Amino acid sequence: MNIIKKLLGIVWIALGPVILYWLIKTGTAEIAKNPIINTKIQWGVFIVVFIPIVVGLVLFGYYALKGEYDR
Amino acid sequence: MSSTSAVAPAKDIRKIIIASSVGTLIEWYDFYIFGSLATVIAGQFFPHGNPTAALLSTLATFAAGFIVRPFGALVFGRLGDLIGRKYTFLLTLVLMGGSTFAIGLVPGYDRIGFFAPLIVVLLRLLQGLALGGEYGGAATYVAEHSPSNRRGFYTSWIQATATIGLFVSLGVILLVRHVLDPDLSRSIEKFNDWGWRIPFLVSIVLVAISVYIRLKMQESPLFSRLKTEGKLSVNPLKESFGRKTNLKIVLLALFGATMGQGVVFYTGQFYAQSFLETVCKIDFDQSKTMLLLAILFATPFFVLFGSWSDRIGRKWIMLIGMLLAILTYPLLFKQLLSIASPESRTEQTSQKEIRSSVAFIGHSRDLIRTSSTLRHYEGGLLVTETAKDTVYASGKPAGKPALSSSRTLGDSDYWKMVGILFVMVFYVTMVYGPIAAFLVELFPTRIRYTSMSLPYHIGNGIFGGMTPFIATLLTTIYGGNKLVGLVYPIGIAALCLIIGALYIPSKTLTTELEG
Repeated sequence: MNIIKKLLGIVWIALGPVILYWLIKTGTAEIAKNPIINTKIQWGVFIVVFIPIVVGLVLFGYYALKGEYDR
Repeated sequence: MSSTSAVAPAKDIRKIIIASSVGTLIEWYDFYIFGSLATVIAGQFFPHGNPTAALLSTLATFAAGFIVRPFGALVFGRLGDLIGRKYTFLLTLVLMGGSTFAIGLVPGYDRIGFFAPLIVVLLRLLQGLALGGEYGGAATYVAEHSPSNRRGFYTSWIQATATIGLFVSLGVILLVRHVLDPDLSRSIEKFNDWGWRIPFLVSIVLVAISVYIRLKMQESPLFSRLKTEGKLSVNPLKESFGRKTNLKIVLLALFGATMGQGVVFYTGQFYAQSFLETVCKIDFDQSKTMLLLAILFATPFFVLFGSWSDRIGRKWIMLIGMLLAILTYPLLFKQLLSIASPESRTEQTSQKEIRSSVAFIGHSRDLIRTSSTLRHYEGGLLVTETAKDTVYASGKPAGKPALSSSRTLGDSDYWKMVGILFVMVFYVTMVYGPIAAFLVELFPTRIRYTSMSLPYHIGNGIFGGMTPFIATLLTTIYGGNKLVGLVYPIGIAALCLIIGALYIPSKTLTTELEG
């Protein structure tokens, strides 16, 4: 089980940038489709708010890989 | 091992729970009435067609209330670990109550222009900050008085207050909406005009009572002991988030518990409500009363699951709640759509009605012309399609009519929907009932308020609070499939379930809280 937790740590580390990439890609596409202030604010807030959360996920993955959550 | 907690006698615990719960319930009520009245507030403060006002509207309803909560958690969590739980969550109550009362007093856009939406946004920010500080304090306070083998039971009363606060807010809104005039449609008009302020203003009385009760409370015994021994943290923020030993637990609490709990909490209550009104087009009063009934029937399960968690552990109750939500949400929401749909039903064409009315707009000579087509379907479903347009006295051409549609269910379908909503709120009780005790037990007393507040408010305020927005956005982007919005809560809950199942230890928690 400890090995699975460590290996999944790699998945969490990789998931962070993937989520951020999807947010930015979708956000810029939506803003280009509908460039009104509301759209810019909404997507701007999503991206800004999720950046520290994504950093947290990567850190969580790092700790998992290092065995910090091992029994 | 750690020192034992100073457990209060049973009758004192009841007083402590009442004092904490009443205040927390009022804070949730204050927070929810804004969201429940968002459309009415938008009409008063954020006029259509004005881009700056629309921006402020977006900020007020979207960012201010939810995203600022984690900041409130940091500010007040730190304060609670430095000066004590009692005074901190007294402060949050006063801040919340004052902001809510003030919202009820702000003149509309037509009286004070842009100051109106600006003031409302600022007050909403204060509400979010206050709520960010309230929950951690209340849960910590009750837990630090509870015996270790009943911690889940006693803290579950705090957990119930969030949903009861929603219940009270919906109930007050419905009541006020109906009593302002003997004629219902005039009563609703008056409500939309000025009556919406009443639920905000009433809050100050409730807050005053709660402040009085809380002033009489003693400080948490564990905190008092730490203070006497000179063991308080000098920098709770640094200790909570600057050291790996604690930070790794904060991250686990967020990604393995509160993230999933937050999306289930908001999907089962708030997204369900918005789905009923905007996708299923259910009549306003029916959608609110259905949710009220579902909440009424499901609320006792907060205490049941909190109590069970004392015996069988917290983790698996929460994770099974998430699993059930993941597996059944598509089916449940599809059922809601199906029940509200006239497509597979036979129309009773002989009962079709067309109603028209004309009324003056305020004191002007312009007229609002309303035309409604009422179609009756088998099973008692009534579909009302309404077109409204304005006839100008000046002869100015009327614009395109505003079209709306609403569906009123027959008794049998109404109760089927109540049943589905009950199931969703039941999942909420599973994920939320044990979580206060779970979070409290993760952290040492000296940094408990700070450490548990942040993952809770990120999980609920951000992941959960943004559920209706993100789900609606997904429906807009990927269109066609009305259930595509569920991808967000299901995806987040699934990720949380995997992390929680693997990384959170499955021990039965009877440990004394660390002093």
